[in-house]
Amino acid sequence: MAGGMHADQDGGRAGRFRDLALPLLDDVYTLARYLLGSAADADDAVQECYLRAYRHFDTYRGPHIKPWMFAILRNVCHSARARSAAAPQPAGSMADDADEAAIPVWSEPAETPEIAVLRRHDSDTIQRLVAALPLPFREVIVLREIDDLSYREIADVVGAPVGTVMSRLARARALLRQAWLAADGKEQP
Amino acid sequence: MTCDEVDVLLHALLDGELDAGHAREVEAHLAGCPGCAGKLAAYRDMRGALAGSELRFRAPADLRRRIELALPPRAAVAPSRRALLKGFAFGSVLSGALAAGLVMVVVRGDRDQRIVGDVISAHLRSLQAEHLTDVQSSNQHTVKPWFNGRLDVAPPVVDLTAQGFTLIGGRLDYIDAKAVGALVYKRRAHVINLFVVQASAIDRLVAKSETVQGFNVRRWSSGGLEFWAVSDINGEELQEFEQKFQAAARAAEGA
Repeated sequence: MAGGMHADQDGGRAGRFRDLALPLLDDVYTLARYLLGSAADADDAVQECYLRAYRHFDTYRGPHIKPWMFAILRNVCHSARARSAAAPQPAGSMADDADEAAIPVWSEPAETPEIAVLRRHDSDTIQRLVAALPLPFREVIVLREIDDLSYREIADVVGAPVGTVMSRLARARALLRQAWLAADGKEQP
Repeated sequence: MTCDEVDVLLHALLDGELDAGHAREVEAHLAGCPGCAGKLAAYRDMRGALAGSELRFRAPADLRRRIELALPPRAAVAPSRRALLKGFAFGSVLSGALAAGLVMVVVRGDRDQRIVGDVISAHLRSLQAEHLTDVQSSNQHTVKPWFNGRLDVAPPVVDLTAQGFTLIGGRLDYIDAKAVGALVYKRRAHVINLFVVQASAIDRLVAKSETVQGFNVRRWSSGGLEFWAVSDINGEELQEFEQKFQAAARAAEGA
């Protein structure tokens, strides 16, 4: 691979990168799994992300390295999806491009004052519900609820204004809640 | 403020992202609108359920290894290498050793020197970053299986509470660009990190103590594994730790 992957010549750059970036491996891998689905694709994307991040480490200005790594990972995943889209289409892959505006924020009838209490699901079920959300909503849910990023940081990662992040998150939660309630119904004896 | 506006803003309220002015307006609306108040409660409930679930994935050990190998190694001896560990004035490993009055008769190989540096860095990191243990337990039967599947080489785990060294847990760490198991013990208020590394094929490690940057490092090898103990307890106590550990590990194997 071109681009200085051989020796650590400029005074501890590799050591500094390792100290900052390697502890995030599980976080980066988790995001990759949610963005790409398959474990094998996530593996490749995460490795590519780390190599890319190391090559561009001089552009990292801080303060938090997590959003910076996530933004790189997101680009890598985007390229990976673009490559596989150029290849023969797997069925249903277009679901990721769902029209945001078409999805209502709250879809329960307004005249129902009672708000159904959510049944507790096990972690696997919740993981599946999150993974089934359309991509733009899935990623803000993961960044907010799993990675605990601020709106500003999420905006930096996804390259959108803070206002967009807020409305997307509102729709994402509405969708997740709908799916959650639907799953409740199926599990009920 | 209308219900439509509140529909979106209540999420910012929930996430603590709303400025005080808007927060007051949203709260005023919620006070008079059971519908929106119900939604806020519903979303709060869902957030709680999400937070209480295990939704993360753990990166496979093999991926970790591949990334470790693909990245360039740390600079062998560079003062700036530990720039990250703020608050500690470090020189190089060598000057630290000389300052401690240790005369190095034999020039050690690169690998040994790298490992000593890594062991000290990892020890410091573990104390600073509040990441002392991945698995916290004084029960050796909990700690040992935790390493299974996470490492090629599972370290022998023994509790030495009766001998004055309390097992408090274990974690994964990186020594010489490889994932290794670290066992954590306590002696009074002092932490001992014990790193278990696959033995180098070339030379057998002779048991040895040294003082580097104010820390005592004791290393020995046994059964194809190298053990590196590092702590701020004194050298004799660390040697005692080695003896107790070796004896208990042998006993556990024989049992």
